[in-house]
Amino acid sequence: MIELDQVGKRYPASRGSGVLDALKSVTLSIPDGEFAVVTGHSGAGKSTLLKLIAGIELPTSGTVRVDGQDLARSPRALPFLRRKIGLIFQDHKLLHDRTVFDNVQLPLDITGFPPREAARRVRAALDKVGLLSRERERPVTLSGGEQQRLCIARAIVHRPSLLLVDEPTANLDLDYAQEIVDILRSFHQVGVTVVVSTHDLVSLRTAGPRVIALSHGMLATESPA
Amino acid sequence: MKAWLNQHRRAIAVTGTQAARAPFAHLFQVLVVAVAILLPLLLHLAVQNLQRLGGATEADARIALYLAPEATAKDAEAIAARLDAHAGVAGHRFVSREDAIKDLRRIHEIADLVDALPKNPLPDAFIVRAKSTDPGEIDALRGEAAKWPGVALAQLDSDWAARLDAGLRLARALTAGLAALLAAALLAITFNSIGLQVVNRREEIEVCQLIGATPGFIRRPFLYAGLLQGAAGGLAACALAVLCVAWVNRQLPGVATLYGTEWVMQLPAATDVMAVTGFAALLGWLGAWLAVSRHLWRGTGP
Repeated sequence: MIELDQVGKRYPASRGSGVLDALKSVTLSIPDGEFAVVTGHSGAGKSTLLKLIAGIELPTSGTVRVDGQDLARSPRALPFLRRKIGLIFQDHKLLHDRTVFDNVQLPLDITGFPPREAARRVRAALDKVGLLSRERERPVTLSGGEQQRLCIARAIVHRPSLLLVDEPTANLDLDYAQEIVDILRSFHQVGVTVVVSTHDLVSLRTAGPRVIALSHGMLATESPA
Repeated sequence: MKAWLNQHRRAIAVTGTQAARAPFAHLFQVLVVAVAILLPLLLHLAVQNLQRLGGATEADARIALYLAPEATAKDAEAIAARLDAHAGVAGHRFVSREDAIKDLRRIHEIADLVDALPKNPLPDAFIVRAKSTDPGEIDALRGEAAKWPGVALAQLDSDWAARLDAGLRLARALTAGLAALLAAALLAITFNSIGLQVVNRREEIEVCQLIGATPGFIRRPFLYAGLLQGAAGGLAACALAVLCVAWVNRQLPGVATLYGTEWVMQLPAATDVMAVTGFAALLGWLGAWLAVSRHLWRGTGP
């Protein structure tokens, strides 16, 4: 369960001495097993919301609770909480000096998985996203869509209960975007909570999600799935 | 426990991979560490060997007890008895004035001069060997014996030993100071080299943090790198020290003859090698810890 209570996030403005309110008094909850899409215009606060849920940023005001844990009050527990989350970044954040296999293995290395079991899980994850035949290649040899799928494989290899996905279909053509949405939907179908930030509602509508619309850092509308 | 061991195994593998990717860079870093350690190590070895040399010659140091001209055979017997009973005396030998003049006459250059003397001017004497090799204790024994009845003069030629001892004390202090300075330098070298590795791998660190790595997980490969770099540097320094000592022993055989002993510089002992390697490894570990911690503390995210 993800709970945001009167959450605000303020950044120093890039120019001058002012401040920028990325989020203002946002209150919402996302129950376990839900497929939620956070949408809005550029600068609406979508990515900030995801970063707050993942504990990458801390709120300036209010509280963010994931699995009942207030992230601001338990910084030491944050790494362990993140092990329950699968993060898929818009810029992929892949390690280009490692192979596809090694990139996916990283979350399992962090949790200290036995090498043989880790290898089995990595191959299963790569198979799921259709990249098993590319396991010895470097990410740089993959297309944008394949890199996105590799990012998904890394996010799901440790079987997280929550997937946070930032702009998964950005810069992808319609076919690739649909492939990504189908993969996300398949995880939702097995009980994983999926929260996607996007401005591409067209691709995601087939997933039948709950839509959370943000505007200028505030909750604009919510529609049920 | 198994997970913890797997993480360590992975950290060692990462350290090995990083070293294999840039072997020459790592080799040069090890050499820099080795050279930094070599200087105080050589100084320590030199002091240790000079101390040994000093100890060997001090053992031969003699106190000469010259008896007063009026001392009788009874006085000499009493002094001999005192020397026998003294806990600080290893041995003694009586040299009569007749034997002393005979010895003097054996020196060709002055034999004629000795013959020309109207009477034997030399006194009876005891040559005393002290148990202790400590210059202070030998001098105390000399002072004590000088006060015995029948003793006119107690003489100890230990000035050079005292000078050597003072020189060694200064050299030991210098070694300690230099070792402290170079330990700081070693820390700085490791801090910089590991810090550079941290900067080169900052993207990987960021990704690891985002997917649940603890600070311990991030530090571990760098700590192993620092530890291994220090240990390898320490071992290399010992190997270089062995080469230096072997070179000195080959180049300066005259030193042994000069001191009348079969003196050669001793190689670093196994305990020295272990101490140097362990200390260097510890400093490497500490430098790496500081470098990674600095990066983690400066991180902007939670």
